[in-house]
Amino acid sequence: MGDVKHLINITDLSVEDINHLMETADDIIAHPEKYWDSCAHKKLATLFFEPSTRTRLSFTAAMMELGGNVLGFDQAQSSSSAKGETVSDTIIMAGCYADIIAMRHPKEGAPVVGAVKSRVPIINAGDGGHFHPTQTLTDLMTIHRKKGEIGNFTVGLCGDLKYGRTVHSLIDALLRYENVRFVMIAPEELRIPSYIRDRLNNEGVDWSEVESLEDAIPELDILYMTRIQQERFPSWEDYEKLKDSFILTREMLKPAKEDMIVMHPLPRVNEIDVDVDEDPRACYFYQALMGKYIRMALILYLLGIK
Amino acid sequence: MNIDGINTGYVLDHIKAGKGFELYHLLGLDKADCTVAIIQRASSGKYGAKDIIKIDADIPIDYDLIGYISPDITVNIVKDRELVKKFKPKPPTILTNVLECRNPRCITSVERGIPQKFRLVDTESRDYRCVYCDTLYRENK
Repeated sequence: MGDVKHLINITDLSVEDINHLMETADDIIAHPEKYWDSCAHKKLATLFFEPSTRTRLSFTAAMMELGGNVLGFDQAQSSSSAKGETVSDTIIMAGCYADIIAMRHPKEGAPVVGAVKSRVPIINAGDGGHFHPTQTLTDLMTIHRKKGEIGNFTVGLCGDLKYGRTVHSLIDALLRYENVRFVMIAPEELRIPSYIRDRLNNEGVDWSEVESLEDAIPELDILYMTRIQQERFPSWEDYEKLKDSFILTREMLKPAKEDMIVMHPLPRVNEIDVDVDEDPRACYFYQALMGKYIRMALILYLLGIK
Repeated sequence: MNIDGINTGYVLDHIKAGKGFELYHLLGLDKADCTVAIIQRASSGKYGAKDIIKIDADIPIDYDLIGYISPDITVNIVKDRELVKKFKPKPPTILTNVLECRNPRCITSVERGIPQKFRLVDTESRDYRCVYCDTLYRENK
């Protein structure tokens, strides 16, 4: 509505916008005290129509560290949507009480509907299997901090590349950077969808598909593991067949580069053995931490606070 | 009505054979208060067979919809029995309330009062994607 900025998809942000967010997040990490009161008297509404742990906690922590307050709900049953209220009405109502909204909704495109009438910024905190742009920002921030730049590396994406929205968004984002090579590691049933395949080919990037994680590991600078998500499968049988397709163990990291990083959007189930946590290359909990800082930077950016 | 000629109105020519009635309904001509003729499977040198719609009134016509249905359709605008304009509407960049999203996970499946909107993503293949959930709509028209 008007000039209100929203974040629905990662491509709503230019590379320059993302660089600005990462610079702000770097500054927050270096000088947290400068930002303690940045959002004083501001309120973030977390409207979570489906459960979430990490995303909601990181948004809450981000706003609290900026000196702001948080209100909201964490399941649809606690909201008026259980009584039949439309997303649009819920968003207009929330805009009466909050300065910015982070929303998660099981239906794809719900934040687009919300953004049409909202007078406050909306952050898409995940809409079904569609977009999850703040996870992508978290991933980019982690790569930026650990690798010093975004670009000039080989990234292996492993696990559910068919239904995994984090992977799709990350590919979209990385396609805008120089010299990124992709290795897609997935069983045949969970390979990347054809439209992403087309996009990779149209962009002329170097990419390959393999089924063996062990074979791929030595050439990787970044290994991005994903969970095989039971909730995205059409049947339990299909899930059972594929759920343990890849399990990363510490032994498997032996031939990996010294400075390779292992990422995971979390939660993990079996796909990364807990022994890997002790390896200095494991950075998925660091990644979760970066999620808080980049969300702090995003809240400041969308509220127009310097 | 003499279907060979109209006074003031439109002749929608080169409609793919068999699509005339669909376009008639999509354009809301079944509710129009004027004379409309649909000619089915007329012979065509270029296409073999074609449908033609003749509208004998100067009523508002949704050219976006025509462009979406087929880029081959020619719109002839007639005034006082004279052809004053002839053109082929292009596919619209945004198509509103023509297609319905088939994705059961799309917000349009539950939210009341929102328009069904699709954006053109490929001019050549005329592929559209739902603006809400990005579901691809590719129909062999």
